Amino acid sequence: MKMLAKWRLLSLFTLMALVLSGCGEPYLSTLRPAGEVAQSQYELMLLSTAIMVGVIAVVTIIFIYVIMKFRRKNDNEIPKQVEGSHKLEILWTVIPILLLLILAVPTVAATFKLADVSPMEKKNAEGKTDALVINVRANLYWWEFEYPNEEIITSQDLVVPTDEKVYFNLKASDVKHSFWIPSAGGKMDTNTDNINKFWLEFDSKGADEAGGLFYGKCAELCGPSHALMDFKVKALPRDEFDQWVADMQGVKEPAQAETATAQQGQEIFNNSCIGCHAVTPANTAPEAARVGPNLTNFGDRSRVAGVLDMSEENIKKWLEDPEAYKPANKMTGKYPELSTEELDALTEYLMGLKVQK
Amino acid sequence: MSTYAQKKGFGATLWDYLTTVDHKKIAILYLIAGGFFFILGGLEALFIRIQLAVPNNDFVSAGFYNEILTMHGTTMIFLAAMPLVFAFMNAVMPLQIGARDVAFPFLNSLGFWLFFFGGVFLNLSWFLGGAPDAGWTSYASLAMASETHGIDFYALGLQISGAGTLIGGINFLVTIINMRAPGMTYMRMPMFTWATFVTSALILFAFPPLTVGLFLMIFDRMFGSNFFDVANGGNTIIWEHLFWIFGHPEVYILILPAFGIFSEIFAIFSRKRLFGYSSMVFATVLIGFLGFMVWAHHMFTTGLGPIANAIFAVATMAIAVPTGIKIFNWMFTMWGGSIKFTTPMLWAVAFIPSFVAGGVTGVMLASAAADYQYHDSYFVVAHFHYVIVGGVVFALFAGAHLYWPKMFGTMLNETLGKVTFWLFLFGFHLTFFIQHFLGLMGMPRRIFTFLPGQGLATGNLISSIGAIFMAIATIVLLINVIMTQVKNEKVGNDPWGDGRTLEWAISSPPPFYNFKQLPLVRGLDAYWLEKMEGKKEMTPAEPLGDIHMPNNSFVPFVISLGLFIAAFGAMYRADTSWGLLVLILGMAVTLGAMFVRSIKDDHGFHIHKEDLMDDDNDKGAKA
Repeated sequence: MKMLAKWRLLSLFTLMALVLSGCGEPYLSTLRPAGEVAQSQYELMLLSTAIMVGVIAVVTIIFIYVIMKFRRKNDNEIPKQVEGSHKLEILWTVIPILLLLILAVPTVAATFKLADVSPMEKKNAEGKTDALVINVRANLYWWEFEYPNEEIITSQDLVVPTDEKVYFNLKASDVKHSFWIPSAGGKMDTNTDNINKFWLEFDSKGADEAGGLFYGKCAELCGPSHALMDFKVKALPRDEFDQWVADMQGVKEPAQAETATAQQGQEIFNNSCIGCHAVTPANTAPEAARVGPNLTNFGDRSRVAGVLDMSEENIKKWLEDPEAYKPANKMTGKYPELSTEELDALTEYLMGLKVQK
Repeated sequence: MSTYAQKKGFGATLWDYLTTVDHKKIAILYLIAGGFFFILGGLEALFIRIQLAVPNNDFVSAGFYNEILTMHGTTMIFLAAMPLVFAFMNAVMPLQIGARDVAFPFLNSLGFWLFFFGGVFLNLSWFLGGAPDAGWTSYASLAMASETHGIDFYALGLQISGAGTLIGGINFLVTIINMRAPGMTYMRMPMFTWATFVTSALILFAFPPLTVGLFLMIFDRMFGSNFFDVANGGNTIIWEHLFWIFGHPEVYILILPAFGIFSEIFAIFSRKRLFGYSSMVFATVLIGFLGFMVWAHHMFTTGLGPIANAIFAVATMAIAVPTGIKIFNWMFTMWGGSIKFTTPMLWAVAFIPSFVAGGVTGVMLASAAADYQYHDSYFVVAHFHYVIVGGVVFALFAGAHLYWPKMFGTMLNETLGKVTFWLFLFGFHLTFFIQHFLGLMGMPRRIFTFLPGQGLATGNLISSIGAIFMAIATIVLLINVIMTQVKNEKVGNDPWGDGRTLEWAISSPPPFYNFKQLPLVRGLDAYWLEKMEGKKEMTPAEPLGDIHMPNNSFVPFVISLGLFIAAFGAMYRADTSWGLLVLILGMAVTLGAMFVRSIKDDHGFHIHKEDLMDDDNDKGAKA
């Protein structure tokens, strides 16, 4: 009997894993786990789904039997008035308790495991952590990623090394948001009141399947453009990540535009945009002054404003009328209207903002 | 007072309903108002599904979508499900315990009008600058940042209607404790009455936290306080706690009466007494109790830490046990019974697998570490629609068909009822089943659109198609209601033929004083026991005597109207010169009406024995 139950559970398990893994895109789906956190959550999902499908199966069998077998055949029949059955009632109290225990133990274990952020607290001689820490600041419809150890800031495209734990400090600067990279692991809220901490891991195999780019989402209603508050995660092998950090750190001064048009664009940028958007990665400015995404490596990014594909055309569209692409964003109306010529120049300048040559 | 048999004009009928304190008429008011808001909420749901049918849709704008989704949730929970549940509790519970009315008929009327004016106030936001747009949970940081008056409408409207609900809950508690017919011990109460009892206790303890939270929000938004203003030392997480300390019991406030209705239906249409009655009672009480211990499972990702998350995870899982007990008891009520598949029974039968599906995803959500993935995704949307639609709405449809004869004296058409059922059942599963997978595939909830190329398009389209079936089903039900009321074929005491509890021992609809003589209750399923002994009626527990009845009153309407006016004043006080004046005026109306009520003695009236005896001779002529 026990063997039978075990066998049933196992086969159910396999079947489900098979069905579920066909679901969704590798860069977005929780069913295509690409890291330790997502993996342990996925296993919990499978375990709970298996138990629950088992429960549903039992209920369904009894249910179908009952509604087939006990239909009224004769209008005068009066069935026996049964009060209950202690044996049965104890049975269906105890079995669910056992099933829940089977689920509760790994749940509690995983909950503690995923909350273990002790490496964030261990400071070395320089007052920095050995672990990679990233401060995430969520803002109305854009994300800022600060690397406190490396002393650089970027936005919208989070860059992380693969196959190691990455620790996050999470907070919001205006209203509550929630930081979610489905394929790498569950979400955590960015509160306005306090800093939340958690960790994720991005494995290289998952990153390959996802084409090196995971999708990140805001998971807490935050205003009209909540649906468009996307970000991307570039998961790079450790050496490429180090290279990227070095390249970023190498930008001490705003990069000088090379072509004439781009120089013209830079002039416009310095007049109208630089008040909100920094083009150097240093984290020296206070948070309150960092009101728009840092654009140091804008040209390397995968999207314009988090949602449009990176292309000259889309940059122009965005600059012309941001409201049309992200309603209620904070950029609309903050700068004078741009002529076609100015748009061209500004776009060329922005496209040239790259650290990865 | 023998004029009640007269045929009345429209004006007189309207006045009668505006002033009524009769639990049966208040039930009808709740049914009409709740039904109206249900249709409104349904339309909002349709807009949501149209907008999400295809990627990058622009059927509605982003900001407007947030208003729709907020109003859909708020309307369905507070203004549709709650009042519809109250409709059945009002219509049936006093009859089930053999009472003449609820303990405080005046308060019953006040409760309704408060709910009604609160609901109307909330919905006026559509025409006065925009509806609330921070979700039905109205999390504080977003609510404080919202620029329109929408959130003010939300806070004030729910405050007014919440007061009505609280009053209603207390009234039911007192009624059940004090007004049971002779012989109706607690353990002989029908399951629906037990559900009403536990639900009312939940209301008593759950609504005050909401009231507190809403007051904090009202003060913050309208009177310059800083409870939720982080920059000034406030804290937004407090709102989350207050809201969910209310919000979780709230879902049990909705589902327990649904369980009650189904318990009645399973017993009636299986011709069998409820299997494991005492364990059902125990399970109901336990669910109610545990319902208060689990609120933080809505906040697993808020960052409460692993200890809190683990405790609340295990507590939440525990709720599955009493719920499971109920499911098996229902199935074993049918086991060995003689099942007749009437429309109410179809809903009840379909409820079991639908609700189990919603229940098990609830257990999955309880697993905190995994919930970090489910939380605020479409998986959650699927889960709570499975329990609320598959549980509560199914029960409301079932209850409407079951109790329609008792409330209106005529039966809804069974064929149309079954058409509604099959369309709705199909549409429901088509809409919501796929949403589990959309959530797991990375779709966050409350998004006004989604971009192509994320693997979400097909699922959303299927979901939207399902919604159409539910809409058609509801239209069929409306047609059914209109046809039935136009035909108006009167039925007898026990139109289903298998009624077990006291409400089926009395005419349909019952006379305004309910039982002429209080019935003697000799066990569980009192009426069934008498029927099995070959009797047609209950044995009276008292000789025929004068019946003391309360007078109708317009005061509850005026009290509620005053608060409705005052709410406008509170809202516009800061930006207009007349706001404060209106606030004072409204409060004056309310307090004045309360004052009048307090100093004016109203002893009610008596129906004399002789009139009651006359009544026997012209049965059927009663309006």
